Amino acid sequence: MELILALGIGVLAGSGVWLLLRPRTFQVIIGLSLLSYAVNLFIVAMGRLKLGAPPLLEHGTAGDPANYADPVPQALVLTAIVIGFATTALFLVVLLASRGLTGTDHVEGREPGS
Amino acid sequence: MPDDLLLLASVGLPFIGALAAGLLPTYARNAAAWLAGAVALVCLLLVWGLYSTVAEGGVVRFEVGWMPGLGLDFVLRMDGFAWVFAGLITGIGFLVVLYARYYMSAEDPVPRFFSFLLAFMGSMTGLVLSGNLIQLVFFWELTSLLSFLLIGYWYHLQAARDGARMAMTITAFGGLALLAGMLVIGHIVGSYDLDRVLASGDRIRSHPLYLLALILVALGALTKSAQFPFHFWLPHAMAAPTPVSAYLHSATLVKAGVFLLARLWPVMAGTDAWLWTIGTAGLITLLLGAYVAIFQNDLKGLLAYSTISHLGLITLLLGLNSRLAMVAAIFHTMNHATFKASLFMAAGIIDHETGTRDIRRLSGLNRSMPFTSRLAVVAAGAMAGVPLLNGFISKEMFFAESLTARASVPFFHDVLPIAAMLASAFAVAYSLRFIHGAFFGPDPVDLPRTPHEPPSWMRFPVEILVLACIMVGILPAATIGPFLDMAVHAVLGAATPRYSLTVWHGFTPPLVMSLIALAAGVLIYLLLQPYLRRGADGTPLLRRVEGQRIFERTMVFLSWRLARSLERLFGTRRLQPQLRLVVVVAVLAAALPLWLREEPLAEAGRLLAPTEIDPILALVWAVGAVCAVGAAWKAKFHRLAALILLGGAGLVTCVTFLWLSAPDLALTQLLVEVVTTVLLLLGLRWLPQRIGGAGTRAARDLAEATARRVRDFIIAVVAGAGLATLAYAAMTRQPPPDSIARHFLERAYTEGGGANVVNVILVDFRGFDTLGEITVLSVVALTVFALLRRFRPAPDSVELPEQQRDQDAYDDARPDRRVGDTAADWLLVPALVMRLLFPVIGMVAVFLFLRGHDLPGGGFVAGLTMSVAIILQYMAGGTLWVEARLRIHPLRWMGLGLLLAAGTGIGSWVFGYPFLTSYFAYEELPVIGTVPVASALLFDLGVFLLVVGATVLNLIALAHQSLRGHRTVPRATAPPTAVASAPDRAPAAAVAGDG
Repeated sequence: MELILALGIGVLAGSGVWLLLRPRTFQVIIGLSLLSYAVNLFIVAMGRLKLGAPPLLEHGTAGDPANYADPVPQALVLTAIVIGFATTALFLVVLLASRGLTGTDHVEGREPGS
Repeated sequence: MPDDLLLLASVGLPFIGALAAGLLPTYARNAAAWLAGAVALVCLLLVWGLYSTVAEGGVVRFEVGWMPGLGLDFVLRMDGFAWVFAGLITGIGFLVVLYARYYMSAEDPVPRFFSFLLAFMGSMTGLVLSGNLIQLVFFWELTSLLSFLLIGYWYHLQAARDGARMAMTITAFGGLALLAGMLVIGHIVGSYDLDRVLASGDRIRSHPLYLLALILVALGALTKSAQFPFHFWLPHAMAAPTPVSAYLHSATLVKAGVFLLARLWPVMAGTDAWLWTIGTAGLITLLLGAYVAIFQNDLKGLLAYSTISHLGLITLLLGLNSRLAMVAAIFHTMNHATFKASLFMAAGIIDHETGTRDIRRLSGLNRSMPFTSRLAVVAAGAMAGVPLLNGFISKEMFFAESLTARASVPFFHDVLPIAAMLASAFAVAYSLRFIHGAFFGPDPVDLPRTPHEPPSWMRFPVEILVLACIMVGILPAATIGPFLDMAVHAVLGAATPRYSLTVWHGFTPPLVMSLIALAAGVLIYLLLQPYLRRGADGTPLLRRVEGQRIFERTMVFLSWRLARSLERLFGTRRLQPQLRLVVVVAVLAAALPLWLREEPLAEAGRLLAPTEIDPILALVWAVGAVCAVGAAWKAKFHRLAALILLGGAGLVTCVTFLWLSAPDLALTQLLVEVVTTVLLLLGLRWLPQRIGGAGTRAARDLAEATARRVRDFIIAVVAGAGLATLAYAAMTRQPPPDSIARHFLERAYTEGGGANVVNVILVDFRGFDTLGEITVLSVVALTVFALLRRFRPAPDSVELPEQQRDQDAYDDARPDRRVGDTAADWLLVPALVMRLLFPVIGMVAVFLFLRGHDLPGGGFVAGLTMSVAIILQYMAGGTLWVEARLRIHPLRWMGLGLLLAAGTGIGSWVFGYPFLTSYFAYEELPVIGTVPVASALLFDLGVFLLVVGATVLNLIALAHQSLRGHRTVPRATAPPTAVASAPDRAPAAAVAGDG
């Protein structure tokens, strides 16, 4: 299963990078979202695959790392997801404002050749 | 009050006063002056209250732990030496406040001036009372900063801005060097505590890093005290109001450098290196400053160069490695502060009453302001070193030192007596020029104002200071003796030499030197008369060697030429090449360790047994891959399709999180997916239409585009494949054994009181990080809001969308329908269901929130859920419908959330615990059952409120643009006269006005 997950991460990241390098703002925003999926999955996967062992403890006990998935990358990614939403919103608004100001949705603020 | 609290009050009170003065109305001149005067007077009394302790040789300490782990404590420490400086700062500070009340014009924003002045007084007191080296540098930089603000007080004047910037650049550069020097000393000694540093003199002097520390500290002290070659900032600082010059640039700020040199004298002086750096700088400055001062045509310019020269004298004395010279240095510091401050004030009075400071235009003021002129004559006499005035006695000491000092370098020994006499003669010449030029000679003609005596309270500070000059000059041992003794003992301790403070020592060589210097000075002045009468600008012989010009060239080079060439080399205005560069560098950086490693990758680490392939998940990922590639493919011409495909990829990610035992992430991802999609859908409306396939481009362009695509495709494939390989390699290998996961898993319940480890990490263990994260979230939301308030859509997006136009046209054509009916009926059944869902989803949010500490859920997830509930209402009913029924105040929610989260953290201080320490217990509630009650829950509530606020603000700010855009169309064609448009506008304005 590691192989499939790794391939999935690769496809997400590849599509994201491709879109990141495109000239239209909407493409870049979609690309960033795809890339952030890939990176978030990658970070969680760094805790290694542990199936059916969410880090929810029995009441009143200290947890043993052998029995639970690694909670640290999960905590990192949880805030990353929320911040990711915030930056997507910011980027969207910036691109809308830039389109209003420049009249184009090209990332460089002007149509090529103009 | 105990002594240590007096100490704290004398540093803290000026800052409080500064804050209060800053809050006064802009032109409250008298209120600000009363406040500043009272603060300065109280500080003076506080310092005086410490005299008895310090005079007995005691050291008062006030200490608070700050970062004890790094050896950084907040230490205030007062010994006799620091007391004398604190006395000068507060005493002259009080006189300057009094003087400034009359000097400053009622049209100036005077409270700002006094606010800066008081803050400066606090920083300067803090500097001289610092018992910790790093803290000393902190106050040092504060004084530079406030000096900048005070020089630039009249910021509408170009000279003030330039002078302020130059002073700031030079002294801040010195401050940085000083910080480095202090770090080196701290490294040598092993502590930043001043007492420990002062006890480790031998260790410092014999350490291999001594020279480095010396150069760095010297850079700090010499820049601050305007010593050659950094002296040129001081004359330019004369653009400041005269009270500032009297206070900062003669009595206090510029003394910080010599203060520091004297403070560190016992541990750093005594070497040849010290003599060469400090002594040489002082000697050159002494001569150069005095020589240039003669040729100044501006009264304040003359005083500035004279200050430079006198500071050079003090520096030279400190550099001589002689204990008697040290005594003379401290003595002269005190004397110089009194006569120079009074001279600056006199110059300010002249400027104030006549409207000019140009010696060439002034003359004969003796008749119109007799009292001021007599005061100035006495003060100038002290500056020139006339007998029976305080300047004479310290100059005698200097002459005696120049004859007897056993400099280890013979060169100094030979040069010193001559240099001392020459500089002294120059001092006589420029003092004569000051007095003769301004007060004697024929009546002045054509002055901007008719000169007359100033208000008596404006002259009062000058009188006090001049009185001090005379008293010390006639009865030194009875007046200044005890204070000088105390200061010298504090620095030199048991090694204090015997010295005598009397006016008459007999007919000694120093007296002869004095007399020769006096005569030579008069002669020089007489000989220079023809030259000075011509009134030429600049200094003969030195016109070409100007530190200022070198400084300006350096600045131009750094801030213009170097910056431009760097920008040419590394910068680009184009986003695409930048992003490409970022991606390529990231890929290379990730690949680099593979190249550098020695053992082959395949053998590294212990392999883990691979998990079995789950066919369903494999299928899910097949879909995910198709979605991702599809989104990449469609994003240009089919935005909606790309958006849907993006959502598909997001869902696959969400399922994978669940499968990876991360239920919290899956929940969050799902909800974020929903709000992101809604957000992007709202944005689509404002993007330009793009129809694919209409290619009319030239063949060359087409080839170029293809080449670009091939290149980007290769980059994308390499990046994707690289990340996949990296992920696979990491996942199939044993993780490092000592992960911090163990720490969190073991303590989540026992110490954090929650079973959901991820949530406990977020709200408890790493609560401070989370506080930072939600702050970022609110900042982003505010930015979005602010950007959208001034949003101007592109012209082609202003019109209503095609679908709405069709609907409206249909309504228009039918007599039984009103415009908007079709839009309102659109998706009627789902809209009703969505409305009914609002309480249900709200309930789910509360549920998710409450169980967050133990089970998947928590503030983030609940907040997102709640905002989904609100957004659904917007989608179902429209903006106006919702805002007529629900109170949407996202900005308030965000503020409340941030306050709650930060307040929970601060609350733990009340119980004496560090910031954000959490408390928890389990409580039995009727009906609901056992509920975890933790202060972390309050924190989480803050997170919840903030996430709801930020998300909703982002979304509805964007949604409101449709209302605004909609309104602009009729307004452009016909002015809105209909009353019907008013309610449309009101709610939108209400939300906009909310912020």
